[in-house]
Amino acid sequence: MATGNPPRTMKNTIGLPSNRYQLLNWTTRTLIHLLALAGAAAFLVPFLWMISTSLKPMEKIFQYPPQWMPDPILWRNYIEALTVMPFGLYFRNSIYVTVLSVVGQILSSAVVAYGFARLRFPGRNILFIILLATMMLPWQVTMIPLFILYRSLDWINTYYPLIVPNFLGGSPFFIFLLRQFFLTLPLELDEAAKLDGCGPFRILWQILLPLAVPGLTTVAIFSFLWNWNEFLWPLIVLNDIDKWTIPLGLNGFRDQYGTDWNHLMAASFVASLPVIIIFFIFQGYFIQGIATTGAKG
Amino acid sequence: MRSRQAQVGQAANELAAGKRPRMSGIARKEAIAGYIAISPWLLGFLIFQLAPILAAFYISSTEWRILSAPEFIGVRNFDKLLFKDDLFWQSIKVTVIYVIFRVPVSAVLSLALALLMNQQLAGRRLFRTIYYLPAVIPLVAVSMMWIWIFNPEYGVLNSFIRLFGVEGPQWIHSSRWALPALIIMSLWQVGTGMVIFLAGLQGIPAHLYEAATIDGANTWQRFLKVTLPMLSPVVLFALVMNVIGSFQIFTQAYIMTAGGPGNATLFLVLYIYRNAFEWFHMGYASALAWVLFVVVLVISLAMLRSSEHWVHYEGRIGGA
Repeated sequence: MATGNPPRTMKNTIGLPSNRYQLLNWTTRTLIHLLALAGAAAFLVPFLWMISTSLKPMEKIFQYPPQWMPDPILWRNYIEALTVMPFGLYFRNSIYVTVLSVVGQILSSAVVAYGFARLRFPGRNILFIILLATMMLPWQVTMIPLFILYRSLDWINTYYPLIVPNFLGGSPFFIFLLRQFFLTLPLELDEAAKLDGCGPFRILWQILLPLAVPGLTTVAIFSFLWNWNEFLWPLIVLNDIDKWTIPLGLNGFRDQYGTDWNHLMAASFVASLPVIIIFFIFQGYFIQGIATTGAKG
Repeated sequence: MRSRQAQVGQAANELAAGKRPRMSGIARKEAIAGYIAISPWLLGFLIFQLAPILAAFYISSTEWRILSAPEFIGVRNFDKLLFKDDLFWQSIKVTVIYVIFRVPVSAVLSLALALLMNQQLAGRRLFRTIYYLPAVIPLVAVSMMWIWIFNPEYGVLNSFIRLFGVEGPQWIHSSRWALPALIIMSLWQVGTGMVIFLAGLQGIPAHLYEAATIDGANTWQRFLKVTLPMLSPVVLFALVMNVIGSFQIFTQAYIMTAGGPGNATLFLVLYIYRNAFEWFHMGYASALAWVLFVVVLVISLAMLRSSEHWVHYEGRIGGA
């Protein structure tokens, strides 16, 4: 599960590679490589454009034809971009919200998934179907009543609305993912522990969770990603500039310095950097998580 | 401690005796533990999903400007949006066009990429990383990048088009091209679909291809008769999730176009947001939100229904 490598037994999709097929088709294989390269170039251009722009002096930005290699390279664009607005503060805010949300989502989805995977109780199937159905809910239908609820609790402009719901179930995607994971662990583990006098929650805590680390990691990184990237909900509940998370800060930056493209691109790159780093470290988990649940990225 | 067989035996005896099967002590303990385990989700579902949906329905029957008390006005909000509000219909139109173009095109594109990634390709892992990366970075940052890419004079896109001696459109600054621009941009983020399809492709057993080859099927026939039917459950799933997600488009329009120019990108969620949080028409915004809810529900169910005719499930006779 940890590696993103497809299994070695995998076969060519379009046709089984018989010997004849392989011998015959080095042209096809070249074509496939060229296609993949062209596609990769197209996918990379926006990134390169962002990075290139972020390092240019202002006067080189408005230039045709565009210059890809910035000359001179202005590293201080990054320092300027990150100091004209309190990005350090936004980073801290984002990390605070994200870390607590991730913890909440891992804990609650693991416990709930365990209940659905391992414990028998009346109504389990119907409740699980309801859980799956909520994946299809456009959450915006709930945002106005929730805003009103949080307003009456005096939670607007605090991080509670961003964090607390994550401790109550978190996300149906994560529950589903972990349930599938628990189902792959042998039931004998639970039975043996039960005979030793373990209660159900000790079985979860001491036996299943340590085995479920790959699944929990997948949940953790998706949870990190979603909470780090979230825009609409923080936009609604956080008004104070001091409370802003990174996406709100970036949006505010643009409102003020709209056409400073080099600084805006520098800030955008820095805002993406944590996600890019996490992605490169854990990409196998991303692939696995999506393959299991079809969760959006 | 009694074995499971003994429990089953007891339950069978009770059934035979015409009694309702009662839970044994152990089973009851397990059930209680089960309810405790799922209680965080159940509470969250009731508090953060079910109650708000019902509340939204109630609020949609009121005029509520947040600072004063809500005033009951029956179906007037729905009457207004259906018959008097051109912006509502504009937002429906724009959203539906976005969904209609974005979903099929991104499905075809992500399937093509998945097929490509499933070939014997040197550096497959690196390619997959490159294709998938755009789908993970923050949408706000993506939006900033693409505002600059779409810049009519100095953006990379029109610079590229100029190589062919043509002047590109004004993209997000033109009421005609803003919506296509957002659709094009969304295609940059097809990586998620690619990964879903790739997982589906790798689940297709090789012996099916062997059998088809022995029967004389060529590449194209194998794709049509083996790959597509075997992949159809995954396709259904990806399409439904993509439709649901596409209906919720907000961030790009909020940041890049502010719904413009001339409301050309006034998506439904953006219109809901404005009504609720810029103009504080909570009642009307809730009515709009309910429309979103119902539209998404109906379309998802219709798609799931239609799947009987085109989704192939292994082990079912007469499928495909």
